[in-house]
Amino acid sequence: MLRISRAHVDAMVAHARADHPDEACGVIVGPEGSDRPERFIPMVNAARSPTFYEFDSADLLRLYRDMDDREEEPVVIYHSHTATEAYPSRTDISYASEPGAHYVLVSTRECGPDEGPVEVRSFRIIDGEVTEEPIEIVA
Amino acid sequence: MPVEVRIPTILRPYTGGAKTVEAEGATIADLVSDLDARYPGIGERLVDDAGLRRFINVYLNDEDVRFLGGVETALTDGDSLTILPAVAGGAPRGNGRAVPPSAP
Repeated sequence: MLRISRAHVDAMVAHARADHPDEACGVIVGPEGSDRPERFIPMVNAARSPTFYEFDSADLLRLYRDMDDREEEPVVIYHSHTATEAYPSRTDISYASEPGAHYVLVSTRECGPDEGPVEVRSFRIIDGEVTEEPIEIVA
Repeated sequence: MPVEVRIPTILRPYTGGAKTVEAEGATIADLVSDLDARYPGIGERLVDDAGLRRFINVYLNDEDVRFLGGVETALTDGDSLTILPAVAGGAPRGNGRAVPPSAP
């Protein structure tokens, strides 16, 4: 189960719409061991692609250094699919490297860059195995 | 000539959970061999026959070694190395596998 605030869900959706038709990506980090997503950090998709995302390598190092200094970890790792469903692809599964994180997918296939229906789903990806989990929106 | 190496979560099962380990080598390739001797199996997660694996980032101090000399990058005393898996993925396409852009 992912417990997350409405504001954070809205922020991920807004980022996904803004970058549509390219994939958007980012993290929400929180205190180590807390499982609480607290700090929203949109990342640049260095691939700038409608079918691929990758955090810029220098940004990635800064992000992890910063989390180390603050004793934080990635609680949510999100990205968008812009023409397909909000379900992890084989690529997503093979590169998933944070077994403790909630992988959130946002699909903008219906709404595009505008208001409209959007899918938001959360998954655990551990050792290549995907398990969908419920999302509980808290205040 | 020990070098401090920061190990990402996904590879800590190889290091008994340690976040930071020491290893030695004149180059990154040598250091990976030494790491693999100390923590068997970790080497093939980092490199393949072509060099560094595409979705593993290795930073020497603050610089991605892809922009230095790759696995041939020389190491000196007091260097610190950080290993981070890329955060990457993508939508299904064709056979369900996204096509990664070519390496820098």
